[in-house]
Amino acid sequence: MLSAQKRRQRFVFILISDGDSMQDRETVIQMKGITKSFPRKIANDHITFDVRAGEIHALLGENGAGKSTLMNILSGLYQPDSGEIFIRGEKVEFATPKDAIKCGIGMIHQHFKLVQAFTVTENIIMGDDGQPFFYNRKKAEQKIAECAAKYNMDIDPSAKIWQLAVGQQQMVEIVKVLYRNARVLVLDEPTAVLTPQESSRLFDNLRRMAADGCAIIIITHKLAEVCEIADRVTVLRAGKAIATIEDEEINYRTLSQYMMNASGVQEQKNEPHTAAVRSEKPLLRVEDLTLQDEKKVMRLDHVGFELYGGEILGVAGVSGNGQKELAEALCGLSSVSHGRIILEETDVTGYNAKRKFRSGIGFVPEDRLGTGLVANMNVGDNLILKDYFTTNSSNSLFIKYSKLTERAQSAVERFNISVADIKAPVRLMSGGNLQKLLLAREIDSDPKVLVAAYPVRGLDFAAASFIFEKLEQLKDEGRGILMIAEDLDSIFKYCDRVMVLYRGRIMGICKTSETSVTDIGMMMMGTPMEEVKRYEAYGHF
Amino acid sequence: MLNTVIGLLNYAVLCGTAYLFATLGEIITQRSGIMNLGLEGMVMFGAVCTAIVTTLTGSVLAGTVAGMLGGALLAALHAFICIRLKASQVASGLALTILGLGMANFLGKQFKLVGNSMPVTYENIKIPLLGDIPVVGEILFNQNLLVYIGYILVIVLTVFLFKTKAGMRLRAVGENPAAADAAGINVFGIQYGYTIFGGALAGLSGVYFVLALQKSFQSNISGGAGWLAVALVIFALWRPSLALVGSFMFGLIVSFQVRLSDFGLQNIPPEFIKMIPYIATIVVLILISGKVRRSAGGPAALGVPYDREER
Repeated sequence: MLSAQKRRQRFVFILISDGDSMQDRETVIQMKGITKSFPRKIANDHITFDVRAGEIHALLGENGAGKSTLMNILSGLYQPDSGEIFIRGEKVEFATPKDAIKCGIGMIHQHFKLVQAFTVTENIIMGDDGQPFFYNRKKAEQKIAECAAKYNMDIDPSAKIWQLAVGQQQMVEIVKVLYRNARVLVLDEPTAVLTPQESSRLFDNLRRMAADGCAIIIITHKLAEVCEIADRVTVLRAGKAIATIEDEEINYRTLSQYMMNASGVQEQKNEPHTAAVRSEKPLLRVEDLTLQDEKKVMRLDHVGFELYGGEILGVAGVSGNGQKELAEALCGLSSVSHGRIILEETDVTGYNAKRKFRSGIGFVPEDRLGTGLVANMNVGDNLILKDYFTTNSSNSLFIKYSKLTERAQSAVERFNISVADIKAPVRLMSGGNLQKLLLAREIDSDPKVLVAAYPVRGLDFAAASFIFEKLEQLKDEGRGILMIAEDLDSIFKYCDRVMVLYRGRIMGICKTSETSVTDIGMMMMGTPMEEVKRYEAYGHF
Repeated sequence: MLNTVIGLLNYAVLCGTAYLFATLGEIITQRSGIMNLGLEGMVMFGAVCTAIVTTLTGSVLAGTVAGMLGGALLAALHAFICIRLKASQVASGLALTILGLGMANFLGKQFKLVGNSMPVTYENIKIPLLGDIPVVGEILFNQNLLVYIGYILVIVLTVFLFKTKAGMRLRAVGENPAAADAAGINVFGIQYGYTIFGGALAGLSGVYFVLALQKSFQSNISGGAGWLAVALVIFALWRPSLALVGSFMFGLIVSFQVRLSDFGLQNIPPEFIKMIPYIATIVVLILISGKVRRSAGGPAALGVPYDREER
């Protein structure tokens, strides 16, 4: 289905571009032998890379493969240690982002570079040297509205950034570079924060710009995305460019081979997962949970659901729609304005984090090093962070360090954590190992319910599979797991049921076996499940 | 009675202007994301530079320039420590306060300036027409030149901050340096420039104490004006116009304290009145902390060193 869709797009594309073939297109950018190292890490190792006008070029690789670093060099944010950049055959050197902008390179960062307190217009014109000293707001707004309309983007030039949805903020970023006549657009993980529908809209826009003759580079680690939109793909692995492939060669199989190859990842295990027995009674019951933030905005809006033992309940939603607040309310990090949280038979609503933990709610927070672990402490110290007061970890006054070392050793072995020195601060560990350590602590505390927020975000394939394996093990033991995730693939693969949050409200809870990505996507954009079902029954949207 | 009140208010404006310059300077500095807590040191160092140069040259202009340069010099040091070395802005500011105060008192003694009257000073200039307006004219337009410069500065800086391209860039840097950088704005250049500019205005506060208000040099002549200015920045919600209001309010308190007996309140100990600005500062801080502060908006990246390659 994907390939058919793509063929159709290409057909349209050929019509627009008068049939000139890929090979005829002018090479706009050439990067040769780019090397950049950071303390303790070589991010780019002699990378060679080129982009042609009118193409969408994907830069594919795992997290930490060096994609963003390479593009930050192209946009003048970083200076390479060695290597050369050519634009239309001419050698250039970028000392600052301004130099890159002058050469027509526009970067759309993953974390938007927007001033929240400014309007759309102010954000777009703030770096524009062409503006007169007393800038003309009206005129600038008009020009921006025209620019946005050209690519079918509806944004109000006088709106403040903080008032806009994430998808719109991304449009502002795109208009910002178009306004400055960029002919090369670099997008860093552009779909990470978008719903499936917003993503496909973005892709339409990108195709339109490519047809206009822009060169588009998208940085991504999602294979499906690459197959859908890219004309060419360059695969990066561990700071090296592994291969550049074109057209017909772009498929799931080839790409994943290039991405995983030699990184020691075996093919996915296909053994059928033994279905855990779902408990009769719910382990965790949440009733009418409501949370307002200090600006009186509803973060959680009468949320109610049940989590059974022996199941993984996924929480889907565009980030910032109440997932974080839900996790923090369940784990006692924030107090709710209204509603109840009942663990088995006990009302634990007003419990603080320590009491929630002791009554059996484990928590793997989103922010591993900020909320989960203490960066400057070692493995053992981090392991007893939550149960230092129990007789297991300490007597009345002193921590049992000899026992703790054993415990750390055991955790490292059981959870396959690779650590150079068990006594070294954990900040030296990689993301995957940090996550394993965090999971080890929570699982060893024998929780009844585990709340895991984005447990595999930013992890490579091997680490992610390991984490999921552990979660499934926990589920088989009859515990309940609430997993907040952003990629729908893993929700469909590992969760028994999925719950969709939109602006703090539950849009629907359904079995993953009885729903589709499209349905979930509609719910993520704020359509309640009943309506989605109704649309489907009538067969139109 | 009316004359007493006019006198009170006239003196309030005269005193308040001393806070105004330092406050305006700090607003501009903080808008670029740099917190300069060394203001008190810069005011004092500016004051002693003014006293030395004015005594030596007998020129008001030379003294004024010297004072502003003195403040700017210390601010440049602060900028270097915070921007280039990315050290703690709070620690650097506190160190510079102590350094500035120490140097001012030391130099004041070395040059035997303490208690000396200045050979030339800023004298009252009554502005024609405006100065003839009853009451208001007497209060606002029968002052020295620096007070008028203060009025103009408030207007110029307001327009600059909110209506010009350069002002927008300055605000962008303080709100989100990474966004400004990606837009091609020279973040460090702006931070250096406006930190030094802010220091020069703090120095001008020092000039004002020596040449316009006290017309002599004393040890600790500023009496904590630098600290009050730091508080006033928050009170003014980082807006030059509100800085004018706040400065004159604090000026009024000082003015009132001096004229207690005119109002038959001589039984109130002056120490009590002296406390009022500080109590007011604490009250203001309490009032605008938390919710109000976030919505009224100080620069979002205030006090956070910007590092482009930080990962």
